[in-house]
This record gives sequence, structure tokens and C-alpha cells, in this order.
Amino acid sequence: MYFAHLREHARGHLERLGNGVTSQVWRIGFASRFLAYLVMHSGTALRRFRLTIAEIYFAGVLSLIIILVSGLFVGMVLGLQGYETLQRFGASESLGVLVALSLVRELGPVVAGLLFASRAGSAITAEIGLMKATEQISAMEMMAVDPIARVVAPRFWGGVISMPLLAALFSAMGVFGGYLVGVQLIGVDAGAFWSQMQAAVDVRNDIMNGVIKSLVFGVAVTWISVFEGYDAVPTAEGVSRATTRTVVTSSLAILALDFVLTALMFTGGNKQ
Amino acid sequence: MQQSPIVEIENVSFGYEAARPVLREVTLAIPRGAVVGIMGQSGCGKTTLLRIIMAAYLPTAGTARVLGAATSTLEREGLYAMRRKMGMLFQFGALFTDMSVYGNVAFPLLEHTTLPAELIHDLVMLKLQAVGLRGAAHLMPAELSGGMARRVALARSIALDPELMLYDEPFTGLDPISFGVIVRLIRELNDSLGATSIIVTHDVQEALGVVDYVYFMAAGQVIAQGTPDDIRASAEPFVRQFVNGMREGPVPFHYPAPEYGADLELAGS
Repeated sequence: MYFAHLREHARGHLERLGNGVTSQVWRIGFASRFLAYLVMHSGTALRRFRLTIAEIYFAGVLSLIIILVSGLFVGMVLGLQGYETLQRFGASESLGVLVALSLVRELGPVVAGLLFASRAGSAITAEIGLMKATEQISAMEMMAVDPIARVVAPRFWGGVISMPLLAALFSAMGVFGGYLVGVQLIGVDAGAFWSQMQAAVDVRNDIMNGVIKSLVFGVAVTWISVFEGYDAVPTAEGVSRATTRTVVTSSLAILALDFVLTALMFTGGNKQ
Repeated sequence: MQQSPIVEIENVSFGYEAARPVLREVTLAIPRGAVVGIMGQSGCGKTTLLRIIMAAYLPTAGTARVLGAATSTLEREGLYAMRRKMGMLFQFGALFTDMSVYGNVAFPLLEHTTLPAELIHDLVMLKLQAVGLRGAAHLMPAELSGGMARRVALARSIALDPELMLYDEPFTGLDPISFGVIVRLIRELNDSLGATSIIVTHDVQEALGVVDYVYFMAAGQVIAQGTPDDIRASAEPFVRQFVNGMREGPVPFHYPAPEYGADLELAGS
């Protein structure tokens, strides 16, 4: 009797697990088809580039403040912590290298990506979700205008274009922050700071890889954002849930993708 | 020569889930040039029928023929070509909140035509003049009252001079003045554009004053039809209850519930 009960219990759990997995797989498939359709119907967004420029302003320019200020502070912290460790080994002149490589390879794309997801990604999801809830998407369909081509695609490309630029600005600001703390405040030699950085940072291995990372994060975050918005349940609660999911899923995606990309890019001793 | 109807619904059934049909073998025809009302209680399937006509959904059985084409045979291109000849007024207007009144009315013109900017400006002003809101062209949707928003949406939906106008609950939540304006506009626009209009509504008394013909729906079926006078004189109990707004009739006031006493936990019940 007891075992029968236990078996039932276990089966209930298994069933729920199975249902959960199936619906997640189904959702990933749906999101992939959505992306394929979106890319195929991007003609309007690229031909009438003004639409995409408006979204670059919305996602990129309006995110500048948070990106620049955060970049500055992250760089300043790197300067402090880096100096603290490096001076133990008498290598404090390498501070520029440490700050620049940390930012360009990792912190620039990753932190800018996380900030972009919470600042711009959530806004994109909320906007598209609310357009759906207030029947603006249906109205567009009724006017024989494809909402994916007219509303979603410009937002997608606007985000994809903005993200690498924001990551680059974040890194630049961070290097400046490291310089402020390391050279101006602590007194590391400015010539060593810059020249060692120049010698150690490689365009292809470091900067290009950072740009590739930020581009991948840009695609992932914007894809998640537009999909969650378009797929949102058209109610106040549905839009709020979709916005939360955008931030959570995007953040996890950035961190997981960062590990995969780092593993592909920086192993095998292709860099000192 | 008798023209074929602009919308022909033949034995159409539809359900969001197979087990719960929302429409059951509905058959009706909308003649060209008329203003036709589809009326009934909330949840009777009339909005679903409207979505079948605008081809947002396809019938699970039967045929919906709109502007000469069966909706289930249309590809995306054909569907969009059909919708370019249709205008739809949504219940709350569904204006694009990031565009001004002018931008909203210009939207379909900019998307579907290559007219020069001056001509588009003139057309937008013409449409806004028709709904009496030329002076509000620069306002944003958030600055409009409910009635004004609906008039702007109306101007937007007639921007491309549609052959078929669909109205989804156009009278809901309007004050008496806005209501009178909308009613007059529906009639005037229908006659001056030479269009056909379908009004889906549960505001029966109000709508009976505008329409030429009425289909009455209940539980996914057409249960009565006729001119407004026929409907007012109808002996059908459901129609009488509905038209006169009576509390008791075929539609019970109470949602199905267990015995009242049992819910109040009265002794002995």
C-alpha cells in the first residue's frame, strides 16, 4: 500500500518534470523559428534605416549614462585591487596591462551586457508586450503591416548594433578609471602604464575576441528581449513576468555564453 | 444584377480547443453597402466571428468568404492584400502610443503607398477633418479622451478608403456626446465611402438605431435576424430579454452555483 502510494508520487513528479522539459524545448524551438522569421523579414528595418536608428537611440544612446558611469567605477576598482596585488610582486607597472586585459576580454562585454539587459532589454520587452496588450500589434496586422518586420526587426538590429559599441565604451571608460586611480592617485608611472598596455594588448586576440563576445551577447540579449515581449501574455501581469524573464534569462545566457566563448578563445596557449 | 455579398459565412464552426466550440455552424451573409450589426451577449462568439472575418483565425469547419476569397485558401500575401481593403476599429482604438495623432493616421499611407509627403499630409488632414479632429493632429494619444481616441482610430482605419469596415464594440465606454458622434460617423463614412460596415456590439438599443440589418447570436449560433424593427418586435424570448435588458429570462441572472443555503452553511440545508 505504502509502496503503491510512493510509486504514484514519483510518477507525478516524473510527469511534471517531463512536461516542464517538453514545454521548454518547445519554447526554444518557437524562439528559434521566431529569430529565423525575424532575420528573413528584416528588409524593412534595413531599407528604412531610420526606423533602426530610432531604436539605436532608444537602446544605445539612452543606456550611455549607466554604461559610462559603471565603466568608470569598475576601472577604478580594478586599479585599486590590481595595484594592491601587483605591488607585492614588484610588478605595479603592469597595472595598465591588467586593467586593459580584464576589461577588453571579460568585464567590458560581460558587465556591459548585463547592464544592457537590465536597462534596454527589459524596456524592449515591456514596450512590445504592452503594444500587444493594447492591441497595437493586432491593429498593425489588420492594416496588413507585418509587426515582426515593422516593430520587432528594427528593435532587434538596434540592440545588436548598440551592444558592441556600448561594450567598447565601457572598456574605454574602465581603462580611464584605472588610469585615474593607478597613475593619478597612487602614482604608478604613466609611461609604463600606457606602454606596457600597448605592448601586451593584442588587436586580434584580445580586442577582436572582446568585440565578438559583445556581439554574441548583443544578439542573445536582444533576441531574448524581443521574443519575450512578443510572446508575453497580453495582461499587466503577463508583461511584468515577461520583463523579469528577460533580465533573468539574458543574464544567465551572458554568463554561460561567456564561459563557452572564453573556453574557445583563450585556451591552447595562443596568448601569454 | 444582384451583387454577391461582400462577406459570406457558410456553416462555420470554430473552437480554441476542440472540446469547446465557440461557433457552431454559423451561416450569414453581409450584402454590399449595408451597415450590419452582429449582436449578442458577451461570450456568445461574436468577437470570434469578427476574427474569422478578418482572418485572424481560420474556421475549423465551413467556409468564410471575404471580399470574394475563402480566407482558408489565402497565403500571407493574399491575406495582406485582402486586409488592405479592410478597416478595423478596435474596442479601445489601439492607437500607436509612440506616434502623434498625425503619425497614426499617416501610418497606413506611409506603409502602403509611395505618395509624396505633401499629398500624404493633405490626405491625413482630410481624414482628420472627417472625424472633426484636424486641430488635434499634433497631440499624442495619451492626451486624448476616450471618445477622441476612437475617432482618431476611425480616421486611421479609413485612411486607405476600405471597402469593408469592421467595428469591435465601438460604443463601449463612451459618453452620450461621443457616442452620438461615433454613431453618425459610422453611418456617414459608410455611405460616403460606398463601404460596407459590420458592427459587433452588445449595446443593442444604441446599435439598433444605426444598422440596416441585425444578426443575433447566442451560444455560438445565429438565433435571430432581421431589420431593427423585426428585432424590436421579435417574440424570441432571448432577443426580448436582451433588447429590453430584463433580469430574468432564458439567460439566468445567477451563474451556476450550489444551493445558497449550503454556501452559507445554514443548519439543516
